[in-house]
Amino acid sequence: MSADPTQVLAFETDCHIFDGCGFPAPGLHSFLFEPLWGDADSNLYFNKTMLLALLGSVIVVGFLWAAFSKPKVVPGKLQMVAEAGYDFIRRGIVYETLGKKEGEKYVPLMVSLFFFVWMMNLWSIIPVAQFPVTSIIAYPAVLAAIVYVTWMTITFKRHGFVGGFKNLTGYDKSLGAVLPLVMLIEFFSNVFVRPFTHAVRLFANMFAGHTLLLLFTIASWYLLNGIGIAYAGVSFVMVILMTAFELFIQALQAYVFVLLACTFIQGALAEHH
Amino acid sequence: MSQLLILAAEGEAENPLIPPIPELVIGLLAFVIVFGFLAKKLLPNINKVLEERREAIEGGIEKAEAAQTEAQSVLEQYKAQLAEARHEAARLRQEAQEQGAALIAEMRAEGQRQREEIVAAGHAQIEADRKAASSALRQDVGKLATDLAGKLVGESLEDHARQSRVIDRFLDELEEKAEAGR
Repeated sequence: MSADPTQVLAFETDCHIFDGCGFPAPGLHSFLFEPLWGDADSNLYFNKTMLLALLGSVIVVGFLWAAFSKPKVVPGKLQMVAEAGYDFIRRGIVYETLGKKEGEKYVPLMVSLFFFVWMMNLWSIIPVAQFPVTSIIAYPAVLAAIVYVTWMTITFKRHGFVGGFKNLTGYDKSLGAVLPLVMLIEFFSNVFVRPFTHAVRLFANMFAGHTLLLLFTIASWYLLNGIGIAYAGVSFVMVILMTAFELFIQALQAYVFVLLACTFIQGALAEHH
Repeated sequence: MSQLLILAAEGEAENPLIPPIPELVIGLLAFVIVFGFLAKKLLPNINKVLEERREAIEGGIEKAEAAQTEAQSVLEQYKAQLAEARHEAARLRQEAQEQGAALIAEMRAEGQRQREEIVAAGHAQIEADRKAASSALRQDVGKLATDLAGKLVGESLEDHARQSRVIDRFLDELEEKAEAGR
């Protein structure tokens, strides 16, 4: 199905219930796109998610440029809205977790992360695009990797090699006999599990959200035949509800992603783990 | 069924947890674009303005505080002046009262003096009049007595010197008697 280069929608449009046509359920194939340019077998190609990612960047920069390029002491409406978002990340997340003094340095990273992730998530419900960029693991993985590198750099810069190691392993003498076990778990958790879950949490949420939306959207169309029309209506109501729910989840996941990034850095900055 | 198998095969081929390299590159690029603009230009911009705004607000508050302090000091000054003015007025009133009292006392003393003068002058006048009357009376009484005596004794007692000596003696006797009788 996805191999068909002429297909633009996620499902066949001429397929309805009672037509002897099986339900075209969404699946992994729904997250694969034929390249718009180049060849999928080589590593030189350009597809829909890439286009959306770059376009999303342009939109985020464009929006913030319009709001902040010539800022005024008495803000206009656009600047006020953008300032609210900026202030929410700066005060609500960064200052809250890292403190004003330590946190100031990481404000640009966190604000960029939030707006970027949010925009990439928002693509999910923007008409025509209707695909969350973050449901492709590569994008959350890159962002998680950036956070991971930042976090590890701070850990070893601040505490030195041994101190950094102690920081990552939760070294605490008072634990006594269980210390080696704790150190092993903590090390494993911090060095391998955290960056992985950081990326996958965002990815899986968006992946699942998109799958649900697809499921109800396809069902609304597929059921549009005979008695199925009544069920199609129910399914369509679910599409609307899920879209609203996704809108909420998108912002929430962007928030969670940034909050976790701040928490990791907070751990690295802490004197005693 | 065969379709499902194809889908399953496709899913296995494309593990959604294995990121394709080109998407990683584009993802990094897209994020770097956003981060670059925000970190280098837009956030410093807005931070400057937020700082300016904070200062403007705090400046306004400081100005208001200064104005209030000034108003307070002016009020205190005004109150002090008012109290001073009241004090001054009281002092002036007191002074005026004292001066008035002194003036009244002086006038009264003057009046008393003038009255005494007038009374004394009246007494002197009365005394002078009495004396004049008494001397005139004495002369008239002397003359009458002489005339009477002359008529009685038939002899003229016109010798003036003798006449007056006799009369004076007579009157003195009268006076002595009167004084002894008093």
